[in-house]
Amino acid sequence: MFSRIYSAGTSGIQGRIITVEVDSHDGLPGMSMVGYLSSEVREAQERVRTALKNSGFSMPPKKTVINLSPASIRKAGTSYDLAIALGVLGALEYVNLEPYLNSLFVGELGLDGTIKPVRGVLPMVLTAKEEGFCQCFLPPGNEREGQAVRQMEIAAPESLKQCVEWLRHPDIIKRVVKVQGESLSCQDSSGEEKDFSEVNGQLVLRRASEIAAAGQHNLLMLGEAGAGKTMVAQRIPTIMPAMTEKERIEVSKIYSVCGLLPKGETLMTKRPFRNPHHTISPQALAGGGLVPNPGELSLASEGILFLDEFPEFSSKTIEILRQPLEEKSVTIARTHGTYVFPANVLLVAAMNPCPCGFYPDRNRCRCSSKQIHNYLGKISKPILERFDISAEATPVTYQELRVTKENENSEQIRQRVESAREIQKYRFRDKQISCNSQMGGRDLKEYCKISAREEAFLETVYRKKQLSARAVHKIFKVARTIADLDSRSSISHSDLCEAVGYRSLEGKYWGGR
Amino acid sequence: MIDPLTKEERQCLFWLTRINGFGALTVEKIWNSIPDKVSIYNIEGKVLREKGLLQPAQAESFDAFRKYEKRQEIQEEYEKLKERGIRFITPFDQEYPKGLQNIAAKPMGLYWKGRLPDRDYPVAAIVGARECTSYGGQIARFLGKELSSQGVQIVSGLASGVDGAGHMGALDAGKPTYGVLGCGINICYPKENYKLYEMMERTGGIVSEYGLGTRPRPGNFPMRNRIISGMSDIIIVVEAREKSGSLITAETALEQGKDVFAIPGRITDILSAGCNRLIQQGAFPLLEVGDILDYFGMTHGKMLRIQEKNQKGLAKKEKKVYICLDLQPKFIEEIVKESGLPMHECVGILLDLELEGYIVQEANHYYRKKL
Repeated sequence: MFSRIYSAGTSGIQGRIITVEVDSHDGLPGMSMVGYLSSEVREAQERVRTALKNSGFSMPPKKTVINLSPASIRKAGTSYDLAIALGVLGALEYVNLEPYLNSLFVGELGLDGTIKPVRGVLPMVLTAKEEGFCQCFLPPGNEREGQAVRQMEIAAPESLKQCVEWLRHPDIIKRVVKVQGESLSCQDSSGEEKDFSEVNGQLVLRRASEIAAAGQHNLLMLGEAGAGKTMVAQRIPTIMPAMTEKERIEVSKIYSVCGLLPKGETLMTKRPFRNPHHTISPQALAGGGLVPNPGELSLASEGILFLDEFPEFSSKTIEILRQPLEEKSVTIARTHGTYVFPANVLLVAAMNPCPCGFYPDRNRCRCSSKQIHNYLGKISKPILERFDISAEATPVTYQELRVTKENENSEQIRQRVESAREIQKYRFRDKQISCNSQMGGRDLKEYCKISAREEAFLETVYRKKQLSARAVHKIFKVARTIADLDSRSSISHSDLCEAVGYRSLEGKYWGGR
Repeated sequence: MIDPLTKEERQCLFWLTRINGFGALTVEKIWNSIPDKVSIYNIEGKVLREKGLLQPAQAESFDAFRKYEKRQEIQEEYEKLKERGIRFITPFDQEYPKGLQNIAAKPMGLYWKGRLPDRDYPVAAIVGARECTSYGGQIARFLGKELSSQGVQIVSGLASGVDGAGHMGALDAGKPTYGVLGCGINICYPKENYKLYEMMERTGGIVSEYGLGTRPRPGNFPMRNRIISGMSDIIIVVEAREKSGSLITAETALEQGKDVFAIPGRITDILSAGCNRLIQQGAFPLLEVGDILDYFGMTHGKMLRIQEKNQKGLAKKEKKVYICLDLQPKFIEEIVKESGLPMHECVGILLDLELEGYIVQEANHYYRKKL
């Protein structure tokens, strides 16, 4: 007899519905699986057969053919086990699958018939929703993930046997299914241990982080080891505006595919902070593999990608950042398809000003100007131009360290950042862009008007500091954000001055002389 | 009066200086030991070794260089010097710097590009650390400029740091300055100084005792220092660590009977430790440009004191920020704290001061006063 059942897999970070067709007929006893399968899917055959036996279903001596369609797409992963097992049972008439053609079955089977969690459930359920499914059978470990999708009935049977039991008695299903209600929106980002109030001193870095968060400007921090660059970077997510539901779902999809969703949570609640070690390979950063998986760039999407010891990263790895930083996505092409992963990151990089880390304190720094030049030169010009702000960190003094006065906390800073973001959202309401760092040449002309006096001032700066045209654009963008933080509609002299102050990236300073 | 050399004799001397492993002293001894200079190719290394002039390895090298092809090669090199605008100057030439005649191990051949120092004017060497502080660099440049505009010629080592700054100062004043290299004269080392090298080639002079293409080996530099001190009448050490090449120059200068001036510094500054030590041992502390001019007995008007710019013309707040600054770079947070102004205001004022030329931004958010 023939039976049909629906399951799902992932391709990139998109879910994909797969139809499992099973036919059982007289002939030489055996089981064969077709449909462009990877080895882990092929192995499902043995798992399914043993799980069926151990769940108390005997297999009659018949020829069983299993087809996973569409057959032109390569299938990987273990999420089809449950559907295959049920399909076989359907074909052998143990259970009637007809009423469940609007249901999705996802899960890996153990040999004893238990249903184990799989990766990528969230995108699968989202796709199911789009395609009109109204019920999902998920592994117990992925239940919360599935509930993130509105108006989807989620059932989480613990074993194959229990699942069959439920399918035979639809009234049980009615009892056990859960539908997501308001649980999602009332999730708050509590339990944040990190806060800006823990950062003592560091006026420049504090201010720079605030501007970076407000305008989504990439930030480069320079300073000696132990000055607190990492500490500040870890706290930048706490001053960024809370994620919207759309953003949370986007981020959670990536984490779901990578199997990194925090246990017991429906969706990602905090903005991601990714901090890969400098030995990371280009593929691990951008994403890769035969069937591409998201890399750190995508995992940090909507959050912070923090690259500590920036010049120590291999130049190949750093250069890979170029295009994703511009396009806010990573495109990976393979012969069997092209994958697009989101990469809307705020890049924060930290580095020492010279190999020993003490420049310009010549009492401690003995690096030659050539060494300094070579060290800074490891960062190529095109990458350098992706940074809008560069800020210096100094080691805190003991007095600053032991200061008893309470520092400004993340909440207070975040309120300013949020209002600046609101202004930007309103400003760019008719545009494709959402924040100041993304402004193009025409936008600059429209939104960054300055008086004739300031114009003359900027011209002097341009000449005396030998700035590039691009640097001037960056100055405008950063000045715009500074004015937004102050809720001023026009850019003032001090905004410009401050923005100029964050440009040590120009050739004149870069490399010391 | 020394007899000038004939063309053949010069070629012989050139050949002798080009032999691998021969120092200036060896060359001088051999040269003085043979009466008929042109017959030098016919002498066997063995003979010179028996006379005690050469070590066995040197004798071998001597014989290898006597081969016809090798001689031919060196002769061609000699001919080519002229095309390249390089002069080969020997102690038997009129132009040979007088100061070098009497030093120990005087160079037997000097490669020279550009001008030679004017004998009628005093020569001062400005030397110091390569990795100098910005303060040291400024002082060296200031001294170079003031001294050369008063007619003192500046000699130094064309290295990065203090040396280069001294040369730059002289060029600022539009005066020729002379650089002594520790490598072949056709090699610019360090590469960062290429612009300086070019400018000095045109308006000053560059000199080296090493053959064309000699790599800048570390061992060359102490030897080069004896030429710097030999060419100069006095040595000014701007910044030096307790153990440094500049102190070697000072030492050779003292051996050659030259006087040493040193710029005093704070006792906590590592880069002033060498200078302070020199002063303790009897070097002249250099407090103003006039000290040098007085030493040379040059008449001069009231000299500009080495100090910062006049603060007149600064607005009240600008002054407030300006007095917080130092000749050493200072981080903006300190400036904010000391001036009591909010940071964004401070940044604005600092930028204005920078544009007006009062201060310099040394690195990102580090500022210092300008001399």
